[in-house]
Amino acid sequence: MKLDTSGLESTALFFGLSNELLDGFSAAPFFEVPNTTNFDGFQKEAIQMVKPAKGTTTLAFIFKEGVMVAADSRASMGGYISSQSVKKIIEINPYMLGTMAGGAADCQFWHRNLGIKCRLHELANKRRISVTGASKLLANILYSYRGMGLSVGTMIAGWDETGPGLYYVDSEGGRLKGTRFSVGSGSPYAYGVLDNGYRYDMSIEEAAELARRSIYHATFRDGASGGVASVYYVGPDGWKKLSGDDVGELHYKYYPVTPSTVEQEMVEVAGA
Amino acid sequence: MARYDRAITVFSPDGHLFQVEYALEAVRKGNAAVGVRGSDVVVLGVEKKSTPKLQDSRSVKKIVSLDDHVALACAGLKADARVLINRARIECQSHRLTVEDPVTVEYITRYIAGMQQKYTQSGGVRPFGLSTLIAGFDPYTCVPSLYQTDPSGTFQAWKANATGRNSNSMREFLEKNYKETSGQETVKLAIRALLEVVESGGKNIEIAVMTKEHGLRQLEEAEIDAIVADIDAEKAAAEAAKKGPARET
Repeated sequence: MKLDTSGLESTALFFGLSNELLDGFSAAPFFEVPNTTNFDGFQKEAIQMVKPAKGTTTLAFIFKEGVMVAADSRASMGGYISSQSVKKIIEINPYMLGTMAGGAADCQFWHRNLGIKCRLHELANKRRISVTGASKLLANILYSYRGMGLSVGTMIAGWDETGPGLYYVDSEGGRLKGTRFSVGSGSPYAYGVLDNGYRYDMSIEEAAELARRSIYHATFRDGASGGVASVYYVGPDGWKKLSGDDVGELHYKYYPVTPSTVEQEMVEVAGA
Repeated sequence: MARYDRAITVFSPDGHLFQVEYALEAVRKGNAAVGVRGSDVVVLGVEKKSTPKLQDSRSVKKIVSLDDHVALACAGLKADARVLINRARIECQSHRLTVEDPVTVEYITRYIAGMQQKYTQSGGVRPFGLSTLIAGFDPYTCVPSLYQTDPSGTFQAWKANATGRNSNSMREFLEKNYKETSGQETVKLAIRALLEVVESGGKNIEIAVMTKEHGLRQLEEAEIDAIVADIDAEKAAAEAAKKGPARET
């Protein structure tokens, strides 16, 4: 199992011809330089290009009964809401979920690719891959594309032989094991509600409600988050979608409008 | 037939890969090796040819560990073994790094067998001239396992097996006398199998015991001598018991 360096295979074809000329001389060591006008800043440019796309709120946490995963469903391009119905929780396989934050295409593709790798592992080793292993596979791939403009901020949540597992993996190559994570532009708001209401001993309904409320509050304050709050639960038998509520409706559920008494009714004045 | 053993990539008309079969011959000339799986241990034993006086016997270890929980014994070309063992050790660590889990015995066996097979299907290389016995415990499940690979690149799991010199006699003995054992009984069974073909004595046998808790432990010469003495005593007692009742009638 070597590190996945397929993304780093260089364009050796370009330099194949010139090497023949240098044969016979001891060629000075050289490395391929990216083909760009702005050598110092092109990586930053690539990241800036996709940065607005991390407009999202996703969260996941481990509790007594398993893992709760929740996300919003809004996709925005700058100030334009391009979709209110994006599936941000990706089903890698029946017992593992991934969340999407950052570039939608990057997340979808690499999660799909991870699903393939997990299945191949199962077939070769006759047992399921652990959440640790799956997250490591993804992290190694993302690391090998580091600096090339991938934008992925994902959480891998699942249940394996050792119990519930939750890892945060991003396109910088970082990988963290934890019990509570929130990723995206709405994450500060989600963390506020999540950290305040979190207890390890919650029932599935309580945990789902906490997740739902956290997403709702993030969508309330963050313009780049909205749409539908999806909540998934991962237990020993795999994942199950618990709910998908429109955050507008959630707002009126949490803060119902009470009709207020009017001091003075408006009356139609005759004449004048 | 002579025309079909130069480049191993060529099949003979009757479907043989001669280089692979010649490699098996090399294995048959190698030292005897035996492996026995018990319910809580796996025992590997190897015949030790007498060391020349000036040789430092500590530098000649025939049973090696691939990781904390997997060990390997082999019969055949020892230089080939070194290469295979090094690659297997790297793969054990690479696996730990990539999936944060130790290898299962089956995984590393599959890797070694895969490597042996690769060298039967490439141009200009010859197969590895050794068969290996791989013993260990799977992480988490604590199940003891014993596997064997051979130069053709196939592998199987075994309850007990032997390879190398006179492996047929050892295997026959094991087939007749194998039963589920544990701990010291498994060690005795392995030594008894080896003694079928090797001169009795602690300095002609190398034994290593793999347990879940302590990993690989090489037995001292004195320990082996003691067990051999035990076995001899048991044999003598069995002989006497056979002759005894006959004389009384």
